[in-house]
Amino acid sequence: MLNTFVVHVENKPGVLTRVASLFRRRAFNIDSLTVGRTEKPEVSRMTIVVDADRDQALRVEANLYKLVNVLLVENITGKPAICRDLAIIKVSAPHNERSPILEIINVFRARVVDFALDSLTIEITGGEEKVDRLIEVLRPYGILEMVRTGIVAMRRGTKVEEDSAAAAAAAASGNGAATVASDDSVSYSV
Amino acid sequence: MMKTGAQILWECLEQQGVTTVFGYPGGAILPAYDALKYSNIHHVLVRHEQGATHMADGYARASGRVGVAVATSGPGATNMVTGIATAMLDSSPIVCITGQVGSKLIGSDAFQETDITGVTLPITKHNYLVTHADQVAQTISEAFYVASSGRPGPVLVDITKDAQQSTCDFDGKPVTPQLPGYRPDLSPTPGEYKQALELIHSSKRPVILAGHGIILSGAMDEVRAFAEKANIPVGLTLLGLGGFPASHPLSLGMMGMHGEAWLNTTIQEADLLIAFGMRFDDRVTGNLKTYAPNAKKIHIEIDRAEINKNVKVDVALVGDLKAVLRELLPKLKTQERHEWLTYIDRLKGDVAVRDIQGLTDNGHLYAAHVINDLWHETRNRDTIVVTDVGQHQMWEAQYYKHEKPRTLITSGGLGTMGFALPAAIGVKAARPEADVWAVVGDGGFQMTMAELATMVQENLKVNIAIINNGYLGMVRQWQEFFYDRNYEATPLLSPNFVKLADAFGIRAVAVTQRSQVVPTVEMAHKHKGPMLIDFQVEQEDSVYPMVAAGAALHEMIRRPNPIVETATDA
Repeated sequence: MLNTFVVHVENKPGVLTRVASLFRRRAFNIDSLTVGRTEKPEVSRMTIVVDADRDQALRVEANLYKLVNVLLVENITGKPAICRDLAIIKVSAPHNERSPILEIINVFRARVVDFALDSLTIEITGGEEKVDRLIEVLRPYGILEMVRTGIVAMRRGTKVEEDSAAAAAAAASGNGAATVASDDSVSYSV
Repeated sequence: MMKTGAQILWECLEQQGVTTVFGYPGGAILPAYDALKYSNIHHVLVRHEQGATHMADGYARASGRVGVAVATSGPGATNMVTGIATAMLDSSPIVCITGQVGSKLIGSDAFQETDITGVTLPITKHNYLVTHADQVAQTISEAFYVASSGRPGPVLVDITKDAQQSTCDFDGKPVTPQLPGYRPDLSPTPGEYKQALELIHSSKRPVILAGHGIILSGAMDEVRAFAEKANIPVGLTLLGLGGFPASHPLSLGMMGMHGEAWLNTTIQEADLLIAFGMRFDDRVTGNLKTYAPNAKKIHIEIDRAEINKNVKVDVALVGDLKAVLRELLPKLKTQERHEWLTYIDRLKGDVAVRDIQGLTDNGHLYAAHVINDLWHETRNRDTIVVTDVGQHQMWEAQYYKHEKPRTLITSGGLGTMGFALPAAIGVKAARPEADVWAVVGDGGFQMTMAELATMVQENLKVNIAIINNGYLGMVRQWQEFFYDRNYEATPLLSPNFVKLADAFGIRAVAVTQRSQVVPTVEMAHKHKGPMLIDFQVEQEDSVYPMVAAGAALHEMIRRPNPIVETATDA
């Protein structure tokens, strides 16, 4: 099954390589990986979707924690979370086919971001399924080009924010050597 | 005070307590070498950078302190790869310092440029690229902390030439590591302790499987107290040997592929395995599908990524072994387990009749005899044995009875041939008062024998016992058992080792009879300098018992009974 991990890492050169290398070396199967900045300049955040069973998911988490630059790992699979994928889709749209395409775009609450003579470029943000569905209905019109970001995710509620805030605070204060993660942030158990 | 990155480097190493480093100079590390003149650190010039890493590794394993190896960029750095991987798989704390081309040249394929942090990413615990002098102190403090804490391992620090040459303000005060995500100090929950104790108390046939973790954690006393209090026998992994005294009544010796038959059978019949600081390596478990089928499992391990990796366990106590055992000990009940221990004793009988020690002197010199006699002659001295990899390594593990930790240094996880001689040099540098014996095969010795010159130049007395059987013996054994005796590429021509040693100024003797073993070992003790002994042993001897790859742990190829050792005997 697909597991979604939110991984808070130190914003340092080479950290993405370390994470990617770990997944390659341990033969964990990445479905998607995104990385970006966060509210703290010293922390980057990755959302990694991995095809793994329960045991493998625990090992992914434990192995991520072995990387010195990894601050916090949350496995948000099955937990209340906001998961968003962004896609840009260029679809063939000669004059006579534009209206039905625009109707579809309306229904999906997507946006036209480029309008050319015989094509439309559409931007959609949403859960993976919603994006999948839009692609499905646009396919008959001829998708000329498409790109998806892979999902970014965040847990609902305030709890996780506290955890990540604690991790980021530890990162900022720099006495991490003495910092022990609270039980809550270490969701690993046997 | 303004100092160069190179000066700061050596000062920081001194702050970490480093007195000796093993290295080889070259262009990109020259500024650092130039600054050695300001330092009291002793530099051992090796003959190959792989040797430097094994020496640092041996130094670390013998002393418990971090070993340091130094090399230049490019080929110097890549030559370290085997030694770094060796240290990684055996959780040995070493710090490797490499020079790198100037930071402006990085990525330009400059002369002797290699992306060594990229190369070593999967074989280091962590690594660093340092491009400014002002990063040196912080990085060195973190490198030593990461290498030596938690589950130890190698850390590589790649320092560009300009970072060594440029200056920054350095007040000499120790720097604190800034590692917000690094958690080397996990500990189990009260519930997990309780579960573990319940399993132990309800077990009728428990066995402790103890690994390198005993030694790394310094938990020898706790393991012994635990075993004695609960009357639970102790089996050891190769790297655990010495962590529990071999002469202890509860000691069952080494487990696994070439482990003791009684122990492998014990594991298969146990109702509870209690793993202490070991990782259920495939050489230890045999076929996982049939491994200890009736046993519950408790895993005490500092690296939680090891939990459920190979063997699914019922209770995991993630933490430092010593601390975890101290927590468990007061609540551990004393139990008799008379029936179980008597049963295990019975299993041993069958092995004794197959023991090669019982063989009458038939003119053949067997490696087992050499190891046994070496053990007898060195057991009452402060002796550290360093082995290479192969048959002699297994015979050493079987016949040399280690009573104390850090008295056997061997490459277990990676199985690195060529390890013994350089590692033994590192051991001797760390423990000059100890007798150090390198026990090596004729194959592995020839991989790194250039380090003989290092040993002589450093005036270090390491005694070398070559178990010379004219074959790459372990590979030959596999060919005998599994490849229809097709001895492809295993017969090995060796130089005259006695003459070779002579060329290095090392005293050497060849031994072909068992009666010569003890006197020659005595001679080595009396001789002031290093001594090399070429033990020319039976060529087609095999290591028994053996669990074939993929076989169940109790399905061992046993030494024939009556003993038939060689093709000519049969």
